[in-house]
Amino acid sequence: MPVEIVKDKWPGSVRQVTLGATAAEGGTRSHTVTVGGEASLPFMHFEAPMPNRPRVAIEIKDRRPDDWSPLLLEVWGAAADNPAEWAKAAEQAGADLIVLALSLTKADGSPTQAADAAASVKAVLGATGLPLIVFGPGQAEADNELLVAVAEAAKGERIALGICEDKNYRTIVATAMANGHLVTARTPMDVNLAKQLNILISDMGLPLDRILMDPTTGALGYGIEYGFSVMERLRLAALQGDNMTQLPMLVTPGFEAWKTKESKVGEGVPADWGNWLQRAINWEVMTAVTLLESGADIVVLRHPESVARVKAVIDGLMQPA
Amino acid sequence: MALSGIQIYKLLPQTNCKECGFPTCLAFAMKLAAKQVELASCPYVSEASKAQLAESSAPPIRLVSLKADGREVKAGNEVVLFRHEKTFYNKPGVFVKLADSLSEAELQAALKAVEAFHVNYVGIDLSLDGFAVENVSGDGARFAAAVKTVRAHSKRPLILLAGEAGLAAALPLLAGETPLVGPATDGNWQALAALAKEHKAALLVQGESLDALAELSEKIKGAGLEDLVLQPVAATLAGKLALNTHIRRLALKKNFRPLGFPTLAVAGSAEEAVQAVTKYAGFIILERFAPELAYPLLVLRENIYTDPQKPIQVQPGVYEINNPKPTDPVLVTTNFSITYFSVANEVESSGLPAWLVVVDAEGMSVLTAWAAGKFDAERIAKSFRTFNMADKVSHKRLVLPGHVAVLSGELEAELPDWEIRVGPREAVDLPKFMKQAL
Ligand code: B12
Ligand code: SF4
Repeated sequence: MPVEIVKDKWPGSVRQVTLGATAAEGGTRSHTVTVGGEASLPFMHFEAPMPNRPRVAIEIKDRRPDDWSPLLLEVWGAAADNPAEWAKAAEQAGADLIVLALSLTKADGSPTQAADAAASVKAVLGATGLPLIVFGPGQAEADNELLVAVAEAAKGERIALGICEDKNYRTIVATAMANGHLVTARTPMDVNLAKQLNILISDMGLPLDRILMDPTTGALGYGIEYGFSVMERLRLAALQGDNMTQLPMLVTPGFEAWKTKESKVGEGVPADWGNWLQRAINWEVMTAVTLLESGADIVVLRHPESVARVKAVIDGLMQPA
Repeated sequence: MALSGIQIYKLLPQTNCKECGFPTCLAFAMKLAAKQVELASCPYVSEASKAQLAESSAPPIRLVSLKADGREVKAGNEVVLFRHEKTFYNKPGVFVKLADSLSEAELQAALKAVEAFHVNYVGIDLSLDGFAVENVSGDGARFAAAVKTVRAHSKRPLILLAGEAGLAAALPLLAGETPLVGPATDGNWQALAALAKEHKAALLVQGESLDALAELSEKIKGAGLEDLVLQPVAATLAGKLALNTHIRRLALKKNFRPLGFPTLAVAGSAEEAVQAVTKYAGFIILERFAPELAYPLLVLRENIYTDPQKPIQVQPGVYEINNPKPTDPVLVTTNFSITYFSVANEVESSGLPAWLVVVDAEGMSVLTAWAAGKFDAERIAKSFRTFNMADKVSHKRLVLPGHVAVLSGELEAELPDWEIRVGPREAVDLPKFMKQAL
């Protein structure tokens, strides 16, 4: 019995955004990475080919983190003491992109200075040819100060600067414009807020093909359903032709999954939670895959085994039968 | 697709005899369209109209229910493609695969592990739904023996993956139950449909393409079977996603009956299971059981299938953990289930006694509620007064979640005789904080 499938026809599509610049483009990256460009819902290859596969970024820090799960510190070993080594190890582990997350303080407890942040970024750029995303510590004032220094130190490299929020987008967007970078715009799980921030940013003159949006997510068990649905709604809005939502989405399942008790704690938990390491990795992988199914273009992960597994999932999702 | 009042009117006798209790057939038709009356109220509807009306009022995705010993695992009756449009209703049942080639001892060990498995997630007790016994041996007697062993150790609903010989041997052991059996394919569907019909089982229909699936399901329906489950087969995740999406879309958007059934997914990995939960499977067979996979999978299923309109919440009030005395600490949190249970479980398992004041924050997490103005000094103070906290404890010291340290100042003004302490940000660190700082 011949069955006629239902195909959605969409007037809109997601913009393509390119991270990184090679020598020919004024940077030093070995290659660039382009995301976005979808003209259909995730992996509906029968409606429109997906021009770019979703990408996996690995999050590294500028110094050994104080609050990461011991499982992560163990797997990265000594590399976690040095951002350049860590970046190399991340590239080895299969990262498509590096996310360097700056710490609020240095190991001795004193505040991270602009010069420290710039030095970390230089070191990472020297150690890997992958395109780079840099996140500030997540406090508006510190982010502004550190990211300006970072943007200048990485001039021409077409890195992405985050996290750009309604409180502090002005300074970050201005420095991204002055130094040829992109920004990551984060809003708390709301379609209209995401749209609004993209409007504010593009009103400052940053072209839309230099914005990634981070609609925020929660981990599996800790609010992922909100993230999942907001991403589905944002992608539907983009396909329906809403210009200000037609941006690739970056989400941070690694950060979210590894702060849950299930990932952080190995003792004194119910036996039915199972093997700690495998549970923690499952938590990260399953959070990430859920978000890929709802439209993520870049997932930021922390554990090398998760990276391998999520990349295999992306292979499978990019292979129409 | 549901018929309009006018369409229904055309199927009625149009004599306006009023026996249904309505002045005209049209008035009755309107009530029928709004599902406020039963068709049976009109004694004069023709058989042909009845059949047409029944067909049109059937849900686009048939509800299939597997049953055993009072337990039921339902799939189907879904009405949307995206959960934000309304909600997903019937959580996909998760079944663990057991091969009949296992030894009796291996089978028993596997059964016991799954039977014993249960985890508590925000107050919900989660466990797996049943077993899928597979006739790997190809031998009917061996299969029946395996099913017998399963039944001796478990009362959960079953899926029997076997051909004619296996099913003929095993189905008589499951009298009074509704298992799912199959898969029926082009080659064996007649025999399997006959067995399923005889033993009141639901039938699994397998196909590599939509065309094949639709054709087979129509043939089987023609043989008098209604409770079907589709098993679309594809080699890649993209292929599986496409087939499941086509089936859901055809059912909901075109009311395409040959594919208006729940689907079954076989998951060899956590990754495949995630896609099955998020993208439309009605039943999931896990190739292997491992607690570290089952736990996150069941949690994901809860998450995706919660009603997006209602966050899961607990009753505001004072919760007494580990029999607190008037000298024990007072902790403050919100009434979002995930928040409440993160804190309550932590304190409970530490063995330390405490009073947990759960403020009505309209079911939001600490920071969400704070950002939305539903967890502020005024609300906290009000809870302390309504719950008479001052009479319950002999000290006046309360602990705020670390994430809302900023509330301290205002709360001091609202509750002037209380000492405000700021606790850690994450509940995991609460027991240590309670031991060291309180
Ligand atoms: C899911 C979510 C939502 C859901 C709501 C879910 C719900 N029912 O609460 C939705 C999408 C609806 C939502 C909406 C909003 N959200 Co919101 N949301 C989140 C998200 C992703 C997860 C929250 C969560 O569930 N956490 C899990 C629970 C268990 O955490 P928790 O309650 O804090 O509890 C932990 C600790 O606080 C501690 N704890 C709890 N109680 C106690 C007690 C004591 C004594 C101690 C010591 C510890 C302790 O233990 C728990 C486990 O460790 C966070 C971002 C994130 N990833 O964290 C943003 C976040 C909370 N949201 C935010 C915002 C701004 C909003 C909105 C105002 C934005 C908007 N869209 O308008 C709205 C407000 C709601 C409204 N106006 O109706 C911001 C808050 C920013 C800030 N610092 O003020 C956040 C942080 C996102 C961000 N980075 O911007 N949100
Ligand atoms: S009983 Fe039937 S025929 Fe009579 S008025 Fe009602 S609908 Fe019409």
